[in-house]
Amino acid sequence: MTAKLEWRGVSKRFGANVVLDGLDLSVAPGRSLALMGRSGQGKSVTIKLALGLMRPDAGAVFLDGVDVTHQSEAARRASFAGIGMLFQGAALFDSLTIWENVAFRLINADGMGRREARARAIEALELVKLSPDVAERFPSELSGGMQKRAGLARAIVGQPSLLFFDEPTTGLDPVTAGAINELIRDKVTSLGCTAVSITHDMHSARTIADDVAMLDAGKIVWRGSVAELDSAEHPLVRAFVTGRAEGIEA
Amino acid sequence: MAGSGPLGWVAGLGRVSLAGVAAVGRVGQFATRGLSAAISPPWYPRQILAQFWAVGFLSLPVVGLSAWFIGAALALNIYGAGDRFNAETVMPQIVALGITRELGPVMAALMLAGRVASAMASEIGAMRATEQIDAMETLSTDPRRYLIAPRLIAATISLPLLTLVADVIGVLGGMQVSKLLIDLPPKIYIQTTADFITRWDVESGVIKSAVFGFIIGLMGCYHGNNAKGGARGVGRATTSAMVSSAVLILASDYLLTSIFARG
Repeated sequence: MTAKLEWRGVSKRFGANVVLDGLDLSVAPGRSLALMGRSGQGKSVTIKLALGLMRPDAGAVFLDGVDVTHQSEAARRASFAGIGMLFQGAALFDSLTIWENVAFRLINADGMGRREARARAIEALELVKLSPDVAERFPSELSGGMQKRAGLARAIVGQPSLLFFDEPTTGLDPVTAGAINELIRDKVTSLGCTAVSITHDMHSARTIADDVAMLDAGKIVWRGSVAELDSAEHPLVRAFVTGRAEGIEA
Repeated sequence: MAGSGPLGWVAGLGRVSLAGVAAVGRVGQFATRGLSAAISPPWYPRQILAQFWAVGFLSLPVVGLSAWFIGAALALNIYGAGDRFNAETVMPQIVALGITRELGPVMAALMLAGRVASAMASEIGAMRATEQIDAMETLSTDPRRYLIAPRLIAATISLPLLTLVADVIGVLGGMQVSKLLIDLPPKIYIQTTADFITRWDVESGVIKSAVFGFIIGLMGCYHGNNAKGGARGVGRATTSAMVSSAVLILASDYLLTSIFARG
């Protein structure tokens, strides 16, 4: 079966700093993968390469079996029409209201009328448990958790087949983080889409993912299902599971 | 070894020269792409209108006020120093010529460089720092068309219009001073100005303004788009946008004036 998304031999360096060193990773359709690893190991770069926000020095990224690395910008944007992304800080547009943020793709890329797009945005806000009166507010008027929910609504409003989540629970209190995790799991399941999440949070990974891949020194050093995490013998995975850094170089 | 002595100096000069050429190339590439997005569809009319409001309409008070003071100060200078060669009798003509050809366009552009280029750089820089521009890409929307092109269009068209306003208000400033100092009736002042000024005096200033407007939009967007390093980077981008706009405005003013003078 063709992978939904695949990084094949991807390398990326910034100056002398090698971030990814021949990364091979694939995600099957309908699966949810959590990409874990220590800070500075290239998790965000891995996602940005898949989204075409960066170009790899070597290797290629395949979306539904199509090499999207060397496409023109216009072709790439068309290929990515079915992709949603929740950024770490939500990355809502400050100058737009919440409904305009959620409906951004519908209005500006799909050419939908504002009235219809607004109705779709409010539906999406309700799906992430935000009330319609939030629609007319600006991002700065919402709490961090509400902004994440609005970001999630923006990611799912276009019925994507592939979703990316970059540290979806960072900076949130445990209750809000738990609610966001449940929402992500629920939406990924109900939409039947493929998901790739970056997280440091083991609880988050267990909730939102089917599979876990551990990135270290530019390569995947361990991969398995969530159920296999507790029995994994790789020292870095053990360190993440137990929360102890014994035997791991800082 | 190239690290010291004359060879080191030459190597340093080479590095600086290459960096300079690379920077010019990057700005040129950014300008070409921005221009291409500005003149070809799809356009975002709401964004373009919003920029006309921010760049053009909201700049009216500062440009108008500055123009009045410049016109009035110019008239005062002519009155104060012009009696050495009886220039006070041609005060309306000198004020009109100075304002329409030089001071109106340059003053309005420098005001906009301070108000608009810096605002564009800080807004786009903050969007870059908070991943809003990356988010726009993932939402299948080209930031060059949504963010850059509207700003270039609005700045290039707004500044000539603001300059026309500055021309009128600057002349009025001169008129009020001349009424106060040499008791020249406003009607005669206006008539003298209208008889003296040529169409080309105004047009040359407007053409200059369009170029200055493009420079302001370009520098604001370029420095904002390339802001790196969080809040500090945004601050640096804001300063760079303002300073580079001002320098390029004055340099291109000299260049355009010399071209127009030959014509």
